[in-house]
Amino acid sequence: MGSRRTWAWPYVLFLVLFVVLPLILILIYAFTNPQGHFTLQNFVQFFSTIGAINTFIYSLAIALITTIICLLLGYPAAYIMATAELKIPAVMAILFILPMWINFLLRTLATVELFNMFGIPLGEGALIYGMCYDFLPFMIYPIYNTLQKMDRSLIEAAHDLGANRREVFTKVILPLSAPGIYSGIIMVFMPTVSTFAIAELLTRNKITLFGSLIQRAFGEGGLQMWNYGAALSLIMLLIIGLTSFFGNNEDTESNRSIL
Amino acid sequence: MSKSQYIIEVNHVSKQFEDGKFALDDVSLQVKKGEFVTILGPSGCGKTTLLRCIAGFQVATSGDILLNGEDVTQTPPHKRPVNTVFQKYALFPHLNVFENVAFGLKLKKIDRDTIIKKVKQALKTVGMSDYEYRNVDSLSGGQQQRVAIARAIVNQPEVLLLDEPLAALDLKMRKDMQLELKEMHKKLGITFIYVTHDQEEALTLSDRVVVMNEGKIQQIGTPMDIYNEPVNCFVADFIGESNILSGTMIRDKRVRFCEKEFDCVDTGFGENQPVDVVIRPEDIYIWESSTNTKKAKGDDDLAAVAATQQSDYDPDDRVPKGNFTKWYGVVQSCIFKGVHYEMMVLTDNGYEFMVQDYHEFLPGAEVGMLVKPEDIQIMHKEHHIYNHFEGEVLKNNKVRFLDAEWEVTDEQLAGLSAGDNVEVLVPFRQIDLQDHEDEGVVSGEVHFILYKGNHYHLTIRTDEGYDLFANTSDVWDNGDRVGILIAPESIKLVKG
Repeated sequence: MGSRRTWAWPYVLFLVLFVVLPLILILIYAFTNPQGHFTLQNFVQFFSTIGAINTFIYSLAIALITTIICLLLGYPAAYIMATAELKIPAVMAILFILPMWINFLLRTLATVELFNMFGIPLGEGALIYGMCYDFLPFMIYPIYNTLQKMDRSLIEAAHDLGANRREVFTKVILPLSAPGIYSGIIMVFMPTVSTFAIAELLTRNKITLFGSLIQRAFGEGGLQMWNYGAALSLIMLLIIGLTSFFGNNEDTESNRSIL
Repeated sequence: MSKSQYIIEVNHVSKQFEDGKFALDDVSLQVKKGEFVTILGPSGCGKTTLLRCIAGFQVATSGDILLNGEDVTQTPPHKRPVNTVFQKYALFPHLNVFENVAFGLKLKKIDRDTIIKKVKQALKTVGMSDYEYRNVDSLSGGQQQRVAIARAIVNQPEVLLLDEPLAALDLKMRKDMQLELKEMHKKLGITFIYVTHDQEEALTLSDRVVVMNEGKIQQIGTPMDIYNEPVNCFVADFIGESNILSGTMIRDKRVRFCEKEFDCVDTGFGENQPVDVVIRPEDIYIWESSTNTKKAKGDDDLAAVAATQQSDYDPDDRVPKGNFTKWYGVVQSCIFKGVHYEMMVLTDNGYEFMVQDYHEFLPGAEVGMLVKPEDIQIMHKEHHIYNHFEGEVLKNNKVRFLDAEWEVTDEQLAGLSAGDNVEVLVPFRQIDLQDHEDEGVVSGEVHFILYKGNHYHLTIRTDEGYDLFANTSDVWDNGDRVGILIAPESIKLVKG
């Protein structure tokens, strides 16, 4: 018992150093000016800059579109993998996981080169394409997992009670895979909201996402911009936190009454 | 369309799986409206496959299934007027009790008031009235099973299929549910088809029992028929406890087993035919005998023997009087089974009998036994004393059968030359089973065990898929791996 408790210490230390402490620093920086005095100026600056707010809304929209496309592409893929016979799922699983072996920056660079080769202009379309390409597996796997664990006899029971294939799907399979859908949405939405590298590469810096704003505040603005960057980070953190919180509630709700 | 007198007709249905194995092998069954039919058999006998073919979850490879005279062999499950109660309940975890039960009705677009009325009625039938808005995960196994039954019967199906519905419940709960199911069946008037491996459950619940083994129907009959008149050793052994012995039908109504002759009631087996004899342990009368009565054993005047024993050792007058054949033995073990005692009695010619009686006979007690002629059940022997194989003579004193090469004696090979096709005969007694499978010429698995009073009759399935029979005094378990040896001198060859 005692030894097990000692095992936890390195992890506690890790969490304090790399999670709790940075969060506290962000909090302090967000509510102070470069001189270290308490201020709300950083937030005022954000909410009074139309460009910044637009970038924020635009980032949310891009993330939302990416998530929806991933869901529409990923659910059928997961469904086929979970229900198909024998070797097909294994092969598909490997093929879906294969791109993830390669760093996503490299893949994005390759995408850029491909677009250039075929003469497709980079921009919004390329950005959404790239993000879907990068994050699709994160949608497929949670859904595949819940579908695969689903008790086959539930589907048979629904058939038995008079449901045709479509009704079995809408009334049993879909509601029961809701936890997987929810996880998939979180796994895709969260990183796409804060992404900046993909955006820079696939739009040649033409489109600025919220993540890029934060990156610039820290990277290019010099020390006096750190406080503003911290405030932006905090706002993003709150948004992501809120979506996952709402998502959580909706999930349990949907278990009761979806469709 | 003319309505058939049967609600379900299963005609020559076979189901072959992808690996080539037959889960169902030419199964035919007719069920009348309102009947309670149980399909009984050990696991893997095909009973669940049969049920799933009737429900529509599996499609028969050949043959057809009629519901109310209408061919439904290819009809998908949601278009069949049957509902299933699944073994593991299969309740929808995302719906509460009410929504689970209402699932089928909602699909039929019935108005809400009627749905509420019917669901309440169904829940009342299964005694779950106060649980409507409970989460199904919060219910106990028994409660879940009740909801599953309510969910099926609320649709008023013509046939209710139940796939081992009580298997997951504890004994007490199971007994209660059995009674309730029987009540429900009476009240609802729906045809029940019930699958179970529990023979007691089958005998208690059913109007008719269908005993299955290895994809084939072994016997169909009322519980009484199945119990009292088993058609073969499998049924006799599977249903209840039984003493199964090899015997000889001397003539009509006269049978010989355990080195004695008995009167019986069976006819039509021919004269001096080898048969299997089944005696239920509770049909054997048992009383204490003593050495002096044992001396009388072997006397032709059996009536005289009976007279002395009964007056001396049967104070309660339990043993029937008359000209019955008696036999004697010593009690080996005695176990109290709640209502009765179960004794193993060993005769001095080496046969073991299981006897059940309300009186206790302690180990070591010398006892006499008798059985009434009508309690002796005679069955055709499925296999006699030889294994028959097809073989081919090879060079160097070898014969090929069971996909292996066996050594034989010169004597047997006389008049045969290499390349000849022969019939190979090996007595059951001469199959030599080895503990280590690699010590045998072929290896296999113990597939079925029958105790025949003084020896075990084993069915061995070789790895190549052949069945062979072995009689042995050694104790084996089902599924034991064995190596098979046959001494060259016990292999008989007949030119084929």
